[in-house]
Order: sequence, then C-alpha cells, then structure tokens
Amino acid sequence: MGHYVARRLLQMIPVFIGSTLLVFLMMYALPGDPVRALAGEKGADPTQVAKLKAELGLDQPILVQYWNYLTGLFQGDFGTQIASRRPVADVIAESWPVTAQLAIFALVFTAVVGIGMGVVAGLKPNSVQDRTLLFITLLLVSIPSFVLGRMTQTFFAFQLGWVDPNVSLEENWYELLMPAAVLAALSLAYVARLTRTSVVENLRSDYIRTAVAKGLPRRRVVGVHLVRNSMIPVVTYLGADLGALMAGAVVTEGIFNIHGIGLTVFEALGKREGSTVVGIVSLIVIVYLIASLLVDLLYAVLDPRIRYA
Amino acid sequence: MPENTAVVNETTEPVKAEAAPAKDAGTGKPRSLWSDAWHDLRRSPLFITSAVLILVLLSMAVFPSLWTDGSPTEADLANKYLKKPEWGALFQPEWFGYDIQGRSVYNRVIYGARASITVGVMVTLIVTFLGTVIGMLAGYFGGILDTLLSRLTDIFFGIPFLLGALVILTAFEKRSVWVVILAISFLGWTSMARVARGAVIQVKQTDYILAAKALGASTFRILTRHVLPNALAPIIVVATTALGGYIATEATLSFLGVGLQEPLVSWGVDVAGAFRSIRNAPYVLIMPSVLVSITVLSFLMFGDAVRNALDPKLR
Amino acid sequence: MTLIDESPAPQGAGDSGTPLLEVRDLHVEFHTRDGVAKAVNGVNYTVNAGETLAVLGESGSGKSVTAQAIMGILDMPPGRIPKGEILFRGQDMLKMSGEERRKIRGARIAMIFQDALSSLNPVYSVGFQLGEMFRVHRGLSKKDARAKAVELMDRVKIPAAAQRVDDYPHQFSGGMRQRIMIAMALALEPDLIIADEPTTALDVTVQAQVMDLLAELQREYNMGLILITHDLGVVADVADKIAVMYAGRIVETAPVHELYKRPAHPYTKGLLESIPRLDRKGQELYAIKGLPPNLTRIPTGCAFNPRCPQATDLCRTEVPALFPVTEQDGAELAGRGSACHYWKETLHG
Repeated sequence: MGHYVARRLLQMIPVFIGSTLLVFLMMYALPGDPVRALAGEKGADPTQVAKLKAELGLDQPILVQYWNYLTGLFQGDFGTQIASRRPVADVIAESWPVTAQLAIFALVFTAVVGIGMGVVAGLKPNSVQDRTLLFITLLLVSIPSFVLGRMTQTFFAFQLGWVDPNVSLEENWYELLMPAAVLAALSLAYVARLTRTSVVENLRSDYIRTAVAKGLPRRRVVGVHLVRNSMIPVVTYLGADLGALMAGAVVTEGIFNIHGIGLTVFEALGKREGSTVVGIVSLIVIVYLIASLLVDLLYAVLDPRIRYA
Repeated sequence: MPENTAVVNETTEPVKAEAAPAKDAGTGKPRSLWSDAWHDLRRSPLFITSAVLILVLLSMAVFPSLWTDGSPTEADLANKYLKKPEWGALFQPEWFGYDIQGRSVYNRVIYGARASITVGVMVTLIVTFLGTVIGMLAGYFGGILDTLLSRLTDIFFGIPFLLGALVILTAFEKRSVWVVILAISFLGWTSMARVARGAVIQVKQTDYILAAKALGASTFRILTRHVLPNALAPIIVVATTALGGYIATEATLSFLGVGLQEPLVSWGVDVAGAFRSIRNAPYVLIMPSVLVSITVLSFLMFGDAVRNALDPKLR
Repeated sequence: MTLIDESPAPQGAGDSGTPLLEVRDLHVEFHTRDGVAKAVNGVNYTVNAGETLAVLGESGSGKSVTAQAIMGILDMPPGRIPKGEILFRGQDMLKMSGEERRKIRGARIAMIFQDALSSLNPVYSVGFQLGEMFRVHRGLSKKDARAKAVELMDRVKIPAAAQRVDDYPHQFSGGMRQRIMIAMALALEPDLIIADEPTTALDVTVQAQVMDLLAELQREYNMGLILITHDLGVVADVADKIAVMYAGRIVETAPVHELYKRPAHPYTKGLLESIPRLDRKGQELYAIKGLPPNLTRIPTGCAFNPRCPQATDLCRTEVPALFPVTEQDGAELAGRGSACHYWKETLHG
C-alpha cells in the first residue's frame, strides 16, 4: 500500500509538470502582453516597457521563464502580480477558502442527492419514479449552468426576495448553499444517471439473486449488497469531479459575485496576469491529482478484488 | 448405467441461459450488433423523438430562410426596443419579441443555430478523430507508446476544461467560429482517448483478433478492419452524448465573454447579451437558452437511445 | 454409486403423509418484446424428505425457472405465474405473503447456484456472507455468526477454515467456492435444497468431490434435494428419481436406473444415445436433430414433434398427457410416466 502511494505520487510529478507547462505555454505563447495591458492599449513608452519586462523576467525565452517559475513554485513562491505588485500566493490564499468551501458543498450535494436519486430510480427500472427522475436529470444536464444560475438568482433573490442576489463579503456558509446547488446541478445529474445504470446492472447480478435466495429482507439486500457494489464507478466519477467543480466555479462565482479563485482567475486573465492564472490552474491540477489518488485508494476499500502492492 | 459423464446438449450450456428464455431462436436470421441495434432503434420513441428534433435543428442551421424571411441583424431601436413577444404570431419575427437593440429574437434564434451547431458538430468530429487515433494506438500497441500517450492524456485531462479554454480564448482579440472550435477540441479529446483505449484493449484480447493475427493480417488491416469496428460502439455513444455538451460549452464561453462575438449570430452570443435586460425582458434570455437546452437534450437522448440499442447488458 | 444401490427411495408419502414439496400444474411465462415466452407449462412433481429428484433438460427446458419459482426468486415482472400451486409441507407458498416466503427462503428451502464466483458478493468476505444467514434468520451477534461460519466451512471440508474465514470469494478456487455455496445453503439445516447445475462450472475432477459432499450432507441431514442438471452422469450417481423436461413440460419420470435401462420417451432415448460410450468407440455419435423450440412459439401438439423420428399426425395435433407407464402385461411400473402418444412402442418396441 505504502509502495503504491509512493509510486503514484512519483507518477504525479510528470503530469503536474506537463499540465503546468501546458498552461504556461498557453498563457505566454499566445498573443497578448501583460505589460502592454498594464500600460493601456495606447502606446506606452517602449523603453519603459522593455525595462519592466526585464525586471519581471519576461524578456527571457519561454522555457527559461517556465524553469524560473517552477523552481520558484517548489520554494513556495508563486510569483508577483504585475499590476498590484502583490505576491500571487497572498492573492490565492485570500480567494482560495471560499471556492474550496463552495466546491465541497457542491460535491456533498452531488453525492447525496445524485446517489439518492440514482438508487431510487434504479431500484424500479422503467417505473414512473424512474422516468421522472431520468427526465429531471436530462433537464439539469441540458440547461447551461449560467442560465440555471441566473434563473435561480432571479427567482429566489429578485422575485421572492428570500436571499440576497450576491454573496456578501463575509461569505457566510449558508449564503453559499444556492450557488453550490447551481454548481452541482450538472454533476448531480451525471451521478444520478451513473448510479442508476450501476444499480440496474447490479440488480440483475447473480449475487443479488443469492442474497434474495438467502432470505435477506429487501432493506438488507439493497442496503448491504447492492449499494456498496453500485458505488464503485460513482466514486471514481466524484473524485475526478472535484477539480471540475472548482473550475466550474468561474461561472458560479461570476453570477453570484463570490470573490473566490474563479473570479480572481477571470480578472487576472483580463489583465494577462500569467503568474496568477498559472498559479491557480496549478493548484486545481494538484487538487485533481490528489483527489484521483484518494479515489483509487477508496476504490480498494470498496472492492477487495483490487489490491495495490 | 452409463460409464462416463456426458452432456446432454451438443453445445456447452451457456452459463445463465435459462433465466431469460431464448429469444433469438426462431427468427433464424443472424443479426449483427449493428442491425440488431437498428432494429431496436426504429421502435424506440426516445430515438424517434430525438432524431426528429435533431433534423429540425439541422434544418435551421442549414436553411434558416426556410424558417424566417427576416434578418437577424436588422435592428429597429426606435420602434421595437424590448417589444414584448406576440405568442400568437407563429413563425413571425415578432413571435418571441425584440431585444435591447430592437432585433427580432425569433430571427436571431433561427440564425443562431448555425454557429452553435457548427461548433458542436465540428468539435465532436475533431475530438472523436483525435481521441480515437490516440486511444487506439495506445491501447493496441501498449508498452512505451501507451505510457507516453497515456501520460499525455493525463496532462491534458488534468487541466480543468473550462479554465483551459478560457486561457486560450482570452488571448484572441477576434474569435471566429474556428478559433472556438479548435480551442475546445484542443482540450476536449482526452475523455474520448480514454474511452477508445479501454475499448481497444478489450477488443484486442478477443479470439478473433488472435485469429486475424494468426492468419497473418497486417497491423493496419487488423486495426482498421477488426479492432476499430468492434471498439466503435462506446466511442459513438460518448460522441453523441458529448455533442450537446460542446454546444453548451460554446454558450458558457460566450457568457464569460470569450466565446463567439458580435456580429456573429449564435445562441451563446444572444444569451450572454440578454443578461442586461433579464429583469424587464426575460424572454430575450429564455428563448435562446431554450434552444440550447433543446439541442443538448436532443443529442443526449439520441446518445442514450444509441447506447441502449448497442449495449445488450442494458436490455 | 453410493446412495441408490442400497435403498430404493421411498415413493409417495413421507412420514407425515404429506410430501415435503409438491409442485402442481405450475405455469410460468415471461413477457418479452418478442411475445409471451411460455417457460413452464404445467409441471408436476413431488420431493420427499431424504429423496433426490433430478430434473434433466436442455437450456430453455424450464428446469431452472421452475426452481426459481419454488424459491420465489423469479423476476416478476417480466415473469408471471398464471396458474399452479407450490405446496411446501402442504401449504401453498404462492398464496403466502412476501414476508412469510422470505422466512422460508434460506432457512427451510435453500438454493445452490451454478456459478459460485458470480453468485457470491465480491466485496464481502465469505465469513460475512455465511454469517449473514445466522444474523438475519437467527439474530446472532456478529461474533457468534463468524464462529458459526468457521464451523460451516469446516463442515464442508474447507482446509484451514479459521484462517480463511475473512478471505474474499476471489481468493478461493472454484471447487472451494462451490463448497462455500453449499455451506451457505446448509447453514440453517433446511428441509429442502435446490441445486441448480452445482457442478457445471467446475473441473471434472472437482465435480465428483463436490457432488459426493452434497450427497453425503443430504443423507446426514435427511434433506430433500432437487438436482437440476443437464449432465446424465451426475444424475446417475446420486438421484433417486428423474424428471426429464422439454419445452416447459415433464416428458418422462422414472426411478433413476429404470430410465437409463428402458426410456419411454423418444427424447430421453435420444439423450441417452447421444452419450459417448467406450463400447461404441469409433462410431459416429448420435445427435438429436434440430434445435430446442422457441418458447414464444411452441409447436402445437407434442412440443418435441419436429425433432422426433417417430412423429405422426397425432403428435402434431394433440398434446400428450403424462401417461402412466406399464409393462407389456399391464403390470404397473411404480413412479414411471411418459408424455408420448407412442410410449408403448418406445418402451417395448
């Protein structure tokens, strides 16, 4: 087990380097100039621009820049914002917690409601409840999240006045519930469908037939024998989804005006603040990689046939 | 008493044959996976509904003039600023009302289909091609090539899709349909590659591939004639289901201000613009959103129907 | 070779007068997209305590469906039981509530399935799955149930049971897994065990061991056993009587060696002739021509008529009842019946 974790951690390194390099290249190799963006579109003094570039190391070849960035990163240095001169690490530390909270709420929401819906639907395939739940998931998948977000906001905040349209600066946790629900909608629908398929498949399996033949009450057949087996593919999906939820926060945070990393990255992109964008994306990549490792380990707990050595 | 253990049937009894009575016997005709699937699809209401919807959407994209005589860009700010819809005026420019610039929402919705569906279809084609080739090579040859390609897939997969697209697209001042298509495809091929790799690995171990190898078929022939057709089912299912998602992605990117831009007409552009008037004129937002949803839904149902038909396990 | 040579099984009533299990005119159908598949079409049989009934037939003959109906584990829908009675100690189980039936399942009537690997839950240890029987039906604690599981594993001769009780099904060999299935069925000392192809998935060498174990335990506990199989060799060794099924009906019943010696139905005859035998080495193997019928379109008259070498117009129009089979002089042959219009010719001719 320890060996397996160590090997997986080692394997993460090239993936992490590759992903950050890719984002770095996308950020700097594509047109758009942060210093120029700072100076405004109209011509800044060329010597000034050159000086600032040299100061920030932006005049060096792209791979050298990346190397400098990466070595900095391993020393905990995320770089400095060009316009504000603030350390990127501070910016991230400030905006990070609320997004993490939002994503975790969304994940819990996805898991609880999605799995619940999937099990209820899957236990009676093609029944009214199954078809209704499937239809709801289709609706959730087909409505883009920004439309869903604006609609719930308009309805609950502007029409009913139940909540404030924007999340306040204090970012109380209950204010995050509605944005989290909106953020979760798509994943929730997928999890519900995945769970349903898995439940339907397992329901026909021989070991469920055995469990029934043993005279176990239906509650136990479902609760003990069916659900655990059906969770195996769902857990994989949920693990991969945490990163996607954090990225999806760009939209949700924009709608509800939450000052998390989504909004930060969006603003940084407008100003071509490379180090901020790459820093945040790297962070999400790390979250994704660690989540997938945890999922693989959880997988072995759920399914004893899998042994990591 | 017989001397030895013997078996009644000349063939070995299938493991779980009896629970579901045989339905194949009798008709006599051998059915392949594909003809069997087609047989099922023709009777599936899900398939018929989604196929009709997709045909309607495609007709909007290809021949918008069939649906409206008006123009999507003609603006009459003075007389038609946010004019309310006339729900009785079916297929007329005033049907869905007018937007903030006095343009017909109905006309824009019809003309918007082309850009949105082009993005969806083109991304699906590119992603399917790239993903299938990469996944097939990795899955079939294994070894170093598999390791390299799988790591490459991991690297691209690790980058959050939406953020990556955002990073690429903000770099472009002018974003044509092709820039958006390529940006989404650049990041989107990974899940297809994983599906294709898995399918190919499964097919690779089957006896008929071994037989083809034993008969001395060339690798290229084995890949194109034997592996690909048999690994195609899951790939097609993922592709049809994903198509709607790409259309929604285009709309989301437009909402974030990095998707398609005016003067291009697309549902995403309209949805993004409509937020300015969401409280006075929700229909300006709702109509293009509904079209996006219908499109996503149609392709999703289509993919579901195809999967049900192709996956015997789900019957 | 063990059981039947010593004592012919008691025919008819057991000690209390009512048979342990009596299936009466059972019908089962499945609603499929291709129509109604009539899987079981009026099956009758009885099993007494200590008796082994072998049900023989090809796949699709309805032998497993009948067993699932007895267990109450048919998928309904698509399955349906339009007609029939299943009397367990004189009580019709089809009229019982779901809860009453559940209490019988596993405790009074237990089932052994063909493929032990897929029939055991892969994510729980065998000890857990064995112990579950005691926890659910007897309310034992986790610890006591585990001790019982070890005891059971010993009982079915699994080496080092105490060490292996926490292992998972995939860690056992096929034969050992089937022993665990047997242990599970035996757990609560049921009155009746239904074994559905218990050895088909096993290696030939292991088959005999498992079958012997089953026969031994059956004798010890004096249980009724329904042995469903398509393997004539298995039947010969352990069964008392045989019911041959075809297209959802019983076409012949007989005490085991009489059936082998003198079949009274052309289908049974065909089956016996298709067995490879050492004394006919070098000759071509006999095979029954044609295929088993499609259950949505069972032929009129005798279902076997399209494949029967002796079929006449009578066979094509009239369904034969299960006629009592007698000697040429009219002397009754106990326990024998044949659903063939020409059973006399088949038996004596």
